[in-house]
Amino acid sequence: MLSRRNPQLNSHGELIHLLSIEGLPQAVLNQILDTAGSFLSVNDREVKKVPLLRGKSVFNLFFENSTRTRTTFEIAAKRLSADVINLDIARSSAAKGESLLDTIANLSAMHADMFVVRHSESGAPYLIAQHCAPHVHVVNAGDGRHAHPTQGLLDMYTIRHYKQDFTKLTVAIVGDIVHSRVARSDIHALTTLGVPEIRAVGPKTLVPSDIREMGVRVCHDMKEGISGADVIIMLRLQNERMSGAMLPSAGEFFKNYGLTPDKLALAKPDAIVMHPGPINRGVEIDSAVADGTHSVILPQVTFGIAVRMAVMSIIAGNNA
Amino acid sequence: MSTLHLDAEALYTDLLAGVRSLMKPDTVLVGIWSGGAWLAERLQRDLKLAVEHGVISSALHRDDFSSRGMTAAADHTKLPFDVDGSHIVLVDDVLYTGRTIRATLNELFDFGRPASVALAVLVDRGGRELPIHAAVSAARITLPSEQRLSLARDATGRFSFDIKGPN
Repeated sequence: MLSRRNPQLNSHGELIHLLSIEGLPQAVLNQILDTAGSFLSVNDREVKKVPLLRGKSVFNLFFENSTRTRTTFEIAAKRLSADVINLDIARSSAAKGESLLDTIANLSAMHADMFVVRHSESGAPYLIAQHCAPHVHVVNAGDGRHAHPTQGLLDMYTIRHYKQDFTKLTVAIVGDIVHSRVARSDIHALTTLGVPEIRAVGPKTLVPSDIREMGVRVCHDMKEGISGADVIIMLRLQNERMSGAMLPSAGEFFKNYGLTPDKLALAKPDAIVMHPGPINRGVEIDSAVADGTHSVILPQVTFGIAVRMAVMSIIAGNNA
Repeated sequence: MSTLHLDAEALYTDLLAGVRSLMKPDTVLVGIWSGGAWLAERLQRDLKLAVEHGVISSALHRDDFSSRGMTAAADHTKLPFDVDGSHIVLVDDVLYTGRTIRATLNELFDFGRPASVALAVLVDRGGRELPIHAAVSAARITLPSEQRLSLARDATGRFSFDIKGPN
């Protein structure tokens, strides 16, 4: 159970862990986005490193594989001068039967200052945050179907970079929403930042009806879903999380919900196309769109490093 | 100390004269965010310098990061010239412990290796904790450590001093 107070914030309302975008005030989101903006330029320096986390140890705990997310966290921590330790937990202690909290206790004894956690169970990063020492900070790098807050934040950074003002936008999130922690994080962030229209677009099996309770408009028709959109966020079809007959076939999905140049033409002329990666060409997105002029998929990756630097430096500077 | 009166505009005139004496043909001004950046902007205008001045922030190199945390939008650093081999005059409003200057020098060296760096300040309030000194300071004063002194700029661009804390 979560305490009444948001466990991510200290008594001054400052961010000490990043577990979920849900419940974070707009001011905190803006602080992260503003700080990320200042880190983006660090890449242009002769010395691409700042000493904010010098002498700190960041442990990447990936109980579930993700080369890309782990790498971007690693780069971000190294640009902040932290020592980074990557633990392929899935193949080590957990496989030998050690419990999550025992693993954390052992790593804490190695003087960890920050844990970056990816776990297939929703809520695992919360459990760690509640049981680690007060000076240790936790970043959720994706937990089950629950949340992927740094992806949500980098999506917000990308949208703000291209569209500036959130309060006039129509944002369509398309595809496998039921399995997507990215979708949930995006919806919370977009809502907090004042986006007036958020659409969840996909087949009935992949767009749960309870998503309406988050204040989004559900569209099972792709054309309706993306017409007039300023921002289109395509989600990856998560075959590894699917069981049973959720989909007739990848081919049929592409026909109905794949983003092709024809369908993209229904969005605003200056619409941007985003995707958290890795992309499945010909499944959820056509190559002509993924590589086209509306696509900002690669800038998202670059922004992701700056956003992760911002999150790590902000939480490291705040005390429980 | 309650009668302390600092005329920022008058001191600026002295700073201008001092900085002019430091300038060689290829010297570049770099103002420390935020008060020093205002000063550099005005000095740039008054000295009619060819090369645009830079702005630098110490935020990413501060030694009190772990106790004070991250300040949002910390990076105001903009150095529109090649730092390698350049002659730089750093400009700031108030010189106190020297820690801001130490952090600023680290920031500067992340962009290259300047040929020389000098420091010009409006007010030197003593209290140094590091071996740093200003080549030019328009005033030298002593203030109790609880008092905070910083430059303010009004809508018309006129300078004044803000003094906060007990008198």
